[in-house]
Amino acid sequence: MTSSDATGAADVLSVSDLCKSYSALVAVDHVSFRVRRNEIVGLLGPNGAGKTTIINTVLGVLAPTSGEIRIAGVDVARERSRALGKTNFAAVHAALPGNLTVTQNLRIFGLIYGVRDLARRLETLLAQFELERLRDTKCGVLSSGEQTRVGLAKALLNRPELLLLDEPTASLDPSAAQIARGRIRKLALEENCGILWTSHNMHEVEEVCDRALFLSHGKILLEGDPKVLPREHGVATLEDLFIRFAREPLAPGSRAAP
Amino acid sequence: MNARPIAGIVLRQFYLMRGSPVRVIPLFVWVAIDIVLWGFITRYLNSVSAAGVDFVPTLLGAVLMWDFFIRIMQGVTTAFLEDIWSRNFVNLFATPLSIAEYVTGLVITSIATSLIGLSVMLVLATLVFGLPFFALGVLLVPFLLVLFCFGIALGIFGSAVVLRFGPASEWLIWPLPALLSPFVGVFYPLSTLPAWMRGVGHALPPSYVFEGLRAVINGQTFLVEQLAWGAALAIAQILLAGYFFFRVYRQVVRTGLLARYSAETVS
Repeated sequence: MTSSDATGAADVLSVSDLCKSYSALVAVDHVSFRVRRNEIVGLLGPNGAGKTTIINTVLGVLAPTSGEIRIAGVDVARERSRALGKTNFAAVHAALPGNLTVTQNLRIFGLIYGVRDLARRLETLLAQFELERLRDTKCGVLSSGEQTRVGLAKALLNRPELLLLDEPTASLDPSAAQIARGRIRKLALEENCGILWTSHNMHEVEEVCDRALFLSHGKILLEGDPKVLPREHGVATLEDLFIRFAREPLAPGSRAAP
Repeated sequence: MNARPIAGIVLRQFYLMRGSPVRVIPLFVWVAIDIVLWGFITRYLNSVSAAGVDFVPTLLGAVLMWDFFIRIMQGVTTAFLEDIWSRNFVNLFATPLSIAEYVTGLVITSIATSLIGLSVMLVLATLVFGLPFFALGVLLVPFLLVLFCFGIALGIFGSAVVLRFGPASEWLIWPLPALLSPFVGVFYPLSTLPAWMRGVGHALPPSYVFEGLRAVINGQTFLVEQLAWGAALAIAQILLAGYFFFRVYRQVVRTGLLARYSAETVS
């Protein structure tokens, strides 16, 4: 059974027949997929494949041309605020304002997300991401790894049912990236949320994701367990599979995921 | 509307002010310089004009009110621009925050910052230059309210322009008050203007405030209906500016400009 077949309350993200086009350019072309609770789904694809476009439509900062997005059952187009209250995100291209301290940023976003008992939640997250000694440091002077930790702390403020991570380890060294992956993996289980994760690091995807979606030219070409997909397609590694799909021209309808 | 997200927007501006004197100083320094400059100009004019003519209430009072309006407008736009300068749009608009809550947060910030400017201007103008500001009595309230409402409307409109045309367009909105000032008769009656400029002036709420101010100071008939019309115009313009901001927001979400804001255009 593919995710597209799955139904029910376990879905924290349901994307149905999503399209986004800019004049003649089709950025996302009839994409459908689901993310279940406690599941980490990798959204893979070459640059320009449409990954960030999909993330932005889910986050409500980009309107789809057609299709439907539901976060924990709530339609983003119809009930934007309620839907976005059930999600959060961390993205390498959306750092928190560098002119405020770690605590100030977290407090502000805690208020915006309507987090209850915010003071206690802040302390928990500062401890969880080892940010206590940086609490009064401006985000703009933090190292990449520290900024990633702050971004993840912000992303968990409202205990999201759906967590969107756009290349969360892109600027981290291998050691810091491994620690971050471990944390996120643990979070998916402990916080009972589903995670949609984009990455160009195929080793990372194999290690962390329960399922991977290969996206190219705005379409999902392939979907499955990243640990077994390479074998199923006669290649040695997920990276080989990625390269093969990224370089092949799209044959319309030939390998689109069901 | 929910109070907590609004508090988040206001708190962000408070933290920025608290942590940076360069943000606090412009709240009162430029208006203080304006009051000092015009204070001495009015003193000089009083000394060379016919006995009994007092320029302090008409000129200095008008400068004070016009600067208050500018502070209100810039209070909204500067708070909005902070989110542009720190590339915070995606972080903010990917949250449950509604446009109404966001704009309300900007307006509350503007009230707080402009009150600082108004207080400094009042202290200087009344204590140093003898402006009988409070002699206007209860009329001060509607005068300031109309200017406040129009400042909010222009601030929201200016923010929408920047949202639509990108960060560089902030240079279009800074001079907006200067562009409007000849039409609203800050220093002279509207009757001084040619007909087409008077027509524009009648569509701008501050015109009714400055006409009213001059009438009261000169002991002429003050028409409450005219000020009420100015107030109605200002409220209508706030609603129009809010609608314009909302439409622009919808457009930048649809075109993808919000997510790629630094590109300034998606074409």
